[in-house]
Amino acid sequence: MRPLTEEETRVMFEKIAKYIGENLQLLVDRPDGAYCFRLHNDRVYYVSEKILKLAANISGDKLVSLGTCFGKFTKTHKFRLHITALDYLAPYAKYKVWIKPGAEQSFLYGNHVLKSGLGRITENTCQYQGVVVYSMADVPLKHPPRRSWLPEESTETVRR
Amino acid sequence: MSLGGAMEGQSVEELLAKAERDEAEKLQRITVHKELELEFDLGNLLASDRNPPTGLRRAGATPEAELQALARDNTQLLINQLWQLPTERVEEALVARLPEPTTRLPREKPVPRPRPLTRWQQFARLKGIRPKKKTNLVWDEVSGQWRRRWGYQRARDDTKEWLIEVPGGADPLEDQFAKRIQAKKERVAKNELNRLRNLARAHKMQVPSSAGMHPTGHQSKEELGRAMQVAKVSTASVGRFQERLPKEKNPRGSGKKRKFQPLFGDFAAEKKSQLELLRVMNSKKPQLDVTRATNKQMREEDQEEAAKRRKMSQKSKRKGGRQGPGGKRKGAPPSQGGKRNRALGGRMNSGPPPLGSKRKGGQHQGGKRRR
Repeated sequence: MRPLTEEETRVMFEKIAKYIGENLQLLVDRPDGAYCFRLHNDRVYYVSEKILKLAANISGDKLVSLGTCFGKFTKTHKFRLHITALDYLAPYAKYKVWIKPGAEQSFLYGNHVLKSGLGRITENTCQYQGVVVYSMADVPLKHPPRRSWLPEESTETVRR
Repeated sequence: MSLGGAMEGQSVEELLAKAERDEAEKLQRITVHKELELEFDLGNLLASDRNPPTGLRRAGATPEAELQALARDNTQLLINQLWQLPTERVEEALVARLPEPTTRLPREKPVPRPRPLTRWQQFARLKGIRPKKKTNLVWDEVSGQWRRRWGYQRARDDTKEWLIEVPGGADPLEDQFAKRIQAKKERVAKNELNRLRNLARAHKMQVPSSAGMHPTGHQSKEELGRAMQVAKVSTASVGRFQERLPKEKNPRGSGKKRKFQPLFGDFAAEKKSQLELLRVMNSKKPQLDVTRATNKQMREEDQEEAAKRRKMSQKSKRKGGRQGPGGKRKGAPPSQGGKRNRALGGRMNSGPPPLGSKRKGGQHQGGKRRR
């Protein structure tokens, strides 16, 4: 377990900033406690200082996980964001897509969302922008394996 | 005067009563009542209180007062015990002589690991040689006294002889004395070398690298491996064209070890550096994004068209008129400063648009983009 290097932090922030933009500094600098990112076995965990101090007492090979896993670094040092980060990203998401109840099930089972299934979408969403998908009841939805929530078309083209 | 007498008597009584009360108070302060006696280890100035902490449990959330009272009581008892020790006077100070500590404290450092046997010890073990008990002093005929077996002024020191016969086959012009002194120096050097080698073997990798570089014939596997690596790299091309044996593997750990920040470094500093990184990242992004500006422009035009169409539909009394492409739109708020520029809808910039530069309220680049 170790803190991230400069390079790794930059790569990770760039990825996360695609979904939450400048709100990332709210994750880094929280009013209700010191939270930090730690790397363990190529996975990045977002953990409070208190839990970190407890986790330091466990030997590395026996430690499975700590705090919340945000994602992992691949063999070629690219950062892949995981679904477990959703609880922290959803409140700060800049671009949101709401889908109709009918399309919700289909999305949860891994299919794409068609334009007909789209309920609302935030203004100014560009093509291939990172978005967070919500159901109509404002519950962030978790999409199985392929974690790219990128709108293939921007708001403008969708509108037409 | 009886009144005065009565008053005096009263005041005397009062004084006595007051004195008694003071005595009682002092005694109360000094004597402490405990259900279970404390266990004292005066050598370590330690008092162990095994009484159940009912007072503390009753105190609840803020036990400060109870804790303080408990501490005072226990300290008082310890001090009482200390006063009972034999005292002595050391330079105008009264000092109590503490007994030996009875509590056994745990080890400060971990148990030392067993050292590897030296070469002699291994040999002796192999051969079954046991150390023979020898006397420290030997009778020296020459000096006529008991001298030690080895060391300073030992019994038979061949370098100290004043007369040496030239041996049969030796060169008559050779200096025998110098020869003996030289031999002694060599023996000492060899002994020292062996001692250092034994030490190095005991500490394994903690001795700097030249320990394995002098071929002595008694090197360990790791030393030989290291010597081989160094030899490989000590060529003009720094080992690039050195062949390896068919089954030889890459050396492990030959690269530089990466250094990471400590796990609990300074959290504030870490936060600061991350925020700085974020600031730099945000500042690098262009303030004016061409696609977004054009899209915004298009959206505004669509809104105007929709408004016009609505008016027309009202005029021609068409119910449920075409909604226009505003169905999923939230009302676009009037644009805040930075990106909009309505009036430039028809104007084209002549020069090449400088992208990525920070422009606040800058000009709109590119023309209309229509599908």
